[in-house]
Amino acid sequence: MAPRRHATPAGEADLGLLRVLRDDGSSDRSLDPHLPPERCVELHRRMLFLREFDRKMLGLQRQGRIAFYGASLGQEAAVVGSAACALPGDWVFPALREGGAALLRGMPLRTYIGQLYGNSADESLGHQQPMHFSWRAGNHVSLSSPIGTQIPQAVGAAMAARLRGDRTVVLAYMGDGATSEGDFHVGMNFAGVFRPPVVLLCQNNGWAISVPVSAQTASETIAVKARAYGMPGIRVDGNDVLAVFAAVSAAVERARSGGGPTFLELLTYRRLGHSSSDDPSRYREEGEVKEWERKDPVDRFRKYLLRRRLWSARQEEKALAEIGAEIQAAVREAEAAPEPPLESLVRHVYAEVPAPLEAQLDEVRPAFRAGGKAEGAFPL
Amino acid sequence: MAVMTVLQAVNDALHHAMGADRDVVVLGEDIAELGGVFRATDGLLAKHGPERVMNTPLAESGIIGTAIGMALYGLKPVPEIQFLDFIYPAFDQIVSEAAKMRYRSGGQFTCPMVIRTPYGGGIRGGHYHSQSSETYFIHTPGLKVVVPSNPADTKGLLLEAIADPDPVVFLEPKAIYRTVKGEVPEGDHRVPFGKAAVAREGADAVVLCWGAMVHTALKAAALAEEQGWQVEVLDLRSLVPLDEEAVVEAAKRSGRVVILHEAPRTNGFGGELAALVAERAFEWLRAPVLRVTGFDTPFPYTLEHIYMPDAKRTFKAIERVMTF
Ligand SMILES: Cc1ncc(C[n+]2csc(CCOP(=O)(O)OP(=O)(O)O)c2C)c(N)n1
Ligand SMILES: [Mg+2]
Repeated sequence: MAPRRHATPAGEADLGLLRVLRDDGSSDRSLDPHLPPERCVELHRRMLFLREFDRKMLGLQRQGRIAFYGASLGQEAAVVGSAACALPGDWVFPALREGGAALLRGMPLRTYIGQLYGNSADESLGHQQPMHFSWRAGNHVSLSSPIGTQIPQAVGAAMAARLRGDRTVVLAYMGDGATSEGDFHVGMNFAGVFRPPVVLLCQNNGWAISVPVSAQTASETIAVKARAYGMPGIRVDGNDVLAVFAAVSAAVERARSGGGPTFLELLTYRRLGHSSSDDPSRYREEGEVKEWERKDPVDRFRKYLLRRRLWSARQEEKALAEIGAEIQAAVREAEAAPEPPLESLVRHVYAEVPAPLEAQLDEVRPAFRAGGKAEGAFPL
Repeated sequence: MAVMTVLQAVNDALHHAMGADRDVVVLGEDIAELGGVFRATDGLLAKHGPERVMNTPLAESGIIGTAIGMALYGLKPVPEIQFLDFIYPAFDQIVSEAAKMRYRSGGQFTCPMVIRTPYGGGIRGGHYHSQSSETYFIHTPGLKVVVPSNPADTKGLLLEAIADPDPVVFLEPKAIYRTVKGEVPEGDHRVPFGKAAVAREGADAVVLCWGAMVHTALKAAALAEEQGWQVEVLDLRSLVPLDEEAVVEAAKRSGRVVILHEAPRTNGFGGELAALVAERAFEWLRAPVLRVTGFDTPFPYTLEHIYMPDAKRTFKAIERVMTF
């Protein structure tokens, strides 16, 4: 199949910044996607949910009940605004900070928390470190720790969807750091050449562990990289849920109707450490964090809702109480699940367990009954 | 002599090498201000400046590819790969390029560089922060592979690696980064490659091991002593080049050999060691050579304490060779 060319869009969408919400909670009427009130409220509730969820999980991590957690605090609008654009049958290839996308699209909370505990409530039976969720029913593909590997995979899944004649769209998430990996450039190039229905979403949160985006790339923006691969790039205020929703839904529509791939840079900020084992005071100024706290995506959208009288302080209080109770119940349920069985060690390596592998288990059966803990364990 | 952790010994060796030779440079992800995610490169930026202590973009093929270019030009780069599990984007650069440059050019071009990277399990990191994939590199002619088990050897082997004319994969046992302490000689302390060390003497059996597993072997040997068995622990330290004589002599001494490693069993380095013993010490053997290893599975998260060989499992193997 000969790849079709398309024209680079006019304008400077890849150098500018798409914004709908102003700081005071008013919106740019010409850009506002004019979502129905209940949809707006839904977006807000989802952002509240993610924020509360992060808080609770970080609490569990500090208490030693889960070993590791990667928060999306401050990035809720980018996650919620984009994931909300996917239809139930669409596919998601997440990076570290988009576990929430699975939750919002219906992954059961108990299984999600089970993954964090790595016990038998976890679908992968403790095979993976916390945050590495997989959810087949929602086409949410397992996160992989190695950065950037998901990008060409997402492009391939989109190529497959088109080959099958499905109207599926694939969302591929990545961080700003990931744009340095070879797999990013390979994936972008294939997307440009084959033009499958994929939407490539880069959450530019300013940092890749201790490396600021200014040291990650000399490019003026990340979005502008898309030009060289022959696809539109759009730079969006990632703390503006309406802007994210407007831009991503347009890209999803474009992909679904055969218009090809789009690359979006969602400009946001990682307010916490890289993960629960990072100490950002070693490499960045607290002032920068404070500045971004003022651009908080949840506060900003709440102002918009209050202004439009779609939401009230009482509703917020009630929503938070409901969310808190839901999370607590799921935590209790997930925490009560037993350790994965010994056999989980050898399951799902191949479709069937090879006999020699089965035999390897026998060596440790007695030790397993006796129980035990890792020697020399220390937090990551 | 100062008492240091394994991590401090890495840091000490890097400070020493950079101070002694301006051609030594370090590069990698998060190694500058942060000092590496484990702090192995702490203080290097402040002391030696950003031209020689380079935070790189997030791209392992870039880190190793540019390090190769620097080495070809005459520098001595010491690139860090944040975790061994993340080395694969650079695999092509390492196995096809760094390892083969000398051979391809008939010795005209060489790649003296040291790829430092933490390896191994025991930190609840799941399979992307825990693997022991030394075999890929051992199986690549042109690369040297060394693994220290204590602070003094860490410094000595690292300085030797930096002075070595060929590319070296330097595997740091992260599980014991902070838990194992010991005296470390000051200055240009060197431990030669290709020399195993007897970590514990014993005439009844020998455990062949390296890196963090040396400590597991020592615990198992202590359990064996309770049964009245004196077990030698041979710390190989350098896997390529291998101290074949030390392995063969140890096998001949007791005739009972247990091999211990974290990596999956099939095609792990233990198989090579067992073959060496079979080829050169067959008549001296009094029991089958046994392996205690990780499973032929990815490294698990929750059940890592079962996957990882421990003192009890190692002791069971010792018991089997002793009672064969
Ligand atoms: C191939 C690879 N190299 C290094 C790492 C270690 N690492 C984990 S996350 C990370 C930074 C990622 O930054 P970014 O892509 O911006 O995502 P963010 O964490 O900011 O969401 C690094 C270097 C890794 N996981 N995989
Ligand atoms: Mg980032």
